Amino acid sequence: MAFQTFLFYQLATILLFAALRVITARNPVHSALFLVLAFVTSAGLWLLLEAEFLAITLVLVYVGAVMVLFLFVVMMLDINLARLRERFWSYLPLGAGVGLIMVAEMALVLWGRYFQLGEMPRPLPLPADYSNTKELGRVLYTDYVYPFELAAVILLVAIVAAIALTLRRRKASKYQDPSQQIRVRREDRIRVVAMKAEARADEMTTDK
Amino acid sequence: MISLSHYLVLGALLFAISVIGIFLNRKNVIILLMAIELMLLAVNTNFIAFSHYLDTIPGYDPLAGQVFVFFILTVAAAESAIGLAILVVLFRNLHTVDVEELDHLKG
Repeated sequence: MAFQTFLFYQLATILLFAALRVITARNPVHSALFLVLAFVTSAGLWLLLEAEFLAITLVLVYVGAVMVLFLFVVMMLDINLARLRERFWSYLPLGAGVGLIMVAEMALVLWGRYFQLGEMPRPLPLPADYSNTKELGRVLYTDYVYPFELAAVILLVAIVAAIALTLRRRKASKYQDPSQQIRVRREDRIRVVAMKAEARADEMTTDK
Repeated sequence: MISLSHYLVLGALLFAISVIGIFLNRKNVIILLMAIELMLLAVNTNFIAFSHYLDTIPGYDPLAGQVFVFFILTVAAAESAIGLAILVVLFRNLHTVDVEELDHLKG
């Protein structure tokens, strides 16, 4: 138990330090990297809370995909940092004031009697063959299957939206447009021309 | 001994740091998006802490918090992707990520 306590304080310190560096770093790439550190430390905290599947998902999905996307975008954009940092510290008094009030209010409620170990019993030790992934899967595909399908639709919408926003077409490429193809009318393709009839072939005289 | 309060106060601190970050970085759209990710992380930690400490109370499904975090992760990933796509298109047109340049709809 003492090791878990030590581990919690260690991870919490690293997490708070990383979060502070995210918002105060000069270079956005450093901010993104400190955010990666914050997520990985959180994954460690979630492992302490016995949520193994979500801890690994955080590392794989959030760090591995979303933060890599952030790093791509941050490195791709050529940002004029000097202009963006003007009057940066002048907002600190107001921001820190609001932040401190929020933390004080929340800590007054959350550190109260109701969430301490006296009121809320210690969680039961889990059996040795307990699999968090299996239990989560069992619940996710039975009780929560409808939100699961909706989450899939949300991801599809995100894919379509991201591509539709950033797609650039090459003007010179030839491609078929089916909607234009079926919009064609007969008059656009066929023109009936009135022509005089030619003489019949057997009436044409050959040189006799 | 670590109780639920420790984790909840940690979540509150992370959330407050993220709000301070929004106050400080009001010009830089990228850091704003990162502060939003930090907020979501704080909320997720809260949910998982509740899910861990509530499994002895009858009537509560102990895994509900983790299922909720599962869906929050999904939606946060989708929102980051679309937010960054908007940022990229914005940068293509304006060549800056300064929030104060986004005033074309002003009357």
